[in-house]
Amino acid sequence: MITVENLTKSFQGIPVLNGVSLDVQSGSVLGVVGPSGAGKSTLARCVALLERPDSGAIRVDGTDLTALGGTALRNARRQIGVVPQGDSLLRQRTAAGNIALPLESAGVPGPQRRSRVGELLDLVGLTDKAGSYPDQLSGGQRQRIAVARALAAGPSVLLADEPTSALDPETTGSVLTVLDRARAELGVTVLVVTHDMAVVRKICDDVAVLEEGRVVENGKLLDLIGDSNSRTASALLPAVDLNPVNESNFDRVADVVLVGFAAVGALLPEASHRFGVEVNLLGGGLTRLAETPVARFRLGITGERADSALEWISEAGGVVRRTLKGPQGVAA
Amino acid sequence: MRSATPWSDVLNRLVEATGETLYMVGVATLIATLFGIPVGVWLQLTSPGGLRPQANLHRVLSFVTDLGRSMPFIVLLVALMSVTRLVVGASIGTSAVIVPLSVGAIPFVGRLVQNILSEVHVSVVEAAVTTGASTVRIVRSVLIRESLPALINAIGVTVIALIGYSAMAGVIGGGGLGDLAIREGYQRFNARLLWSTVAWLAVLTTVIQFGFTRAARASDRRRHASV
Ligand SMILES: Nc1ncnc2c1ncn2[C@@H]1O[C@H](COP(=O)(O)OP(=O)(O)O)[C@@H](O)[C@H]1O
Ligand SMILES: [Mg+2]
Repeated sequence: MITVENLTKSFQGIPVLNGVSLDVQSGSVLGVVGPSGAGKSTLARCVALLERPDSGAIRVDGTDLTALGGTALRNARRQIGVVPQGDSLLRQRTAAGNIALPLESAGVPGPQRRSRVGELLDLVGLTDKAGSYPDQLSGGQRQRIAVARALAAGPSVLLADEPTSALDPETTGSVLTVLDRARAELGVTVLVVTHDMAVVRKICDDVAVLEEGRVVENGKLLDLIGDSNSRTASALLPAVDLNPVNESNFDRVADVVLVGFAAVGALLPEASHRFGVEVNLLGGGLTRLAETPVARFRLGITGERADSALEWISEAGGVVRRTLKGPQGVAA
Repeated sequence: MRSATPWSDVLNRLVEATGETLYMVGVATLIATLFGIPVGVWLQLTSPGGLRPQANLHRVLSFVTDLGRSMPFIVLLVALMSVTRLVVGASIGTSAVIVPLSVGAIPFVGRLVQNILSEVHVSVVEAAVTTGASTVRIVRSVLIRESLPALINAIGVTVIALIGYSAMAGVIGGGGLGDLAIREGYQRFNARLLWSTVAWLAVLTTVIQFGFTRAARASDRRRHASV
């Protein structure tokens, strides 16, 4: 759907993007995360066609947009809806007037424009604010209007740079809901740049971690979550070692990650039952990634067939991330 | 010592001079605005952070604008006499003052306009760019519309400045309030005429300033803006 190929960009000879490649599936949400200064905004600006990369391609439905100019560039821009970093609404226009701007650029006639603006206000849940000026709206409401504006011309890709950076957690939720609705109801492909893992947790299907202009980790969130080397996983999973445990009380001590309703609900009791072992929860907890429950537990297992139980857990879909005490682990 | 000019005469002179001033300044402001706004837009578009950055062109434009601004009006008045004759058909008189007044005000307005347009936040302009809007639309619907209140105030500032400049119109027989105060009031020791004119100028500029401030506020849609 949208493909970024080997993008490079430097400013005054200082490289900011060093060959960034990404692939976002149609109708999915990719979160680009990374520390401040990693080049996230530069990447976003290249994708928004505001900055021309030094080399590489940005393809939407197969067409490279980086080489375009003039009218072709302006038309290409309508395929990519952009929510820029920071306040970007026209302060002299109402919420409805702001949403109408892309439609005016596209030459949509008045009556059609009004009905389209109505649909978008409805999508972002701000129908009652149609006539309000940006200064009369809260930060979260302004961001939702900015999202509605980005969607107005019917783009196939929605790009948002730090859409929640200035917002409190509650308001962040309302903006994320709107991004999620855009994907669900309009089928747009969403690329969201953020340093806030809550955004990733709530709406992203895929994650790319950017560091010093390079993608250092990239994949489906639910795949990364079981990967013991993944930074995304360690940022999102509940911490396990809050309480020190006396490991000598158990035959095996291991960290496991469980993904999905079935795994979280039934895997451990079933393992205990099948292998006649006692499974104790020593730490960790439960969280959610979008709708999917995800758990990371530290288990203390007692019983002769503890190894078989762990093996079975891993075959049944659990991820045994680390055995602290056991054949490959640390002996007490 | 001669007796003071009768009040009725003072009034007549004031009415006549006010008409001349408003005519000179009004037309000059109109022309200066008509040409000065495009100059300001052009300066802003070509500036380093602008929509169409062109460093060299911008430097040349800036240089010419600042040269025009720093030119003393009295010099312009005299230097432009031949141009004035060509345009107006005469090099002296009230209409003749309009030419140097306008020429002097264009760079003044241009710089004011550029400063105002540069205040529109980059992210607002870029958001418009990403909608696929043409440069013309962005200039009109974003840069100018967003700064309209400030632009109206700037025109008010220009009017007041031109009233000041027009005081020198007497040099080429332009008349007006400034000329009245200087030549007939000050130089002929007519204190009553001098101070009446000064007082009236103060009233006039205050009223004009007030009018522009009101108009600027009326054009500002952020009525309930939280401060
Ligand atoms: N227009 C620019 N000119 C010069 N340097 C820039 C420019 N834009 C970004 N940079 C530099 O590129 C680096 C990455 O910036 P940015 O993409 O904004 O990072 P992030 O959004 O991840 O915090 C920073 O070191 C920044 O100073
Ligand atoms: Mg950034």
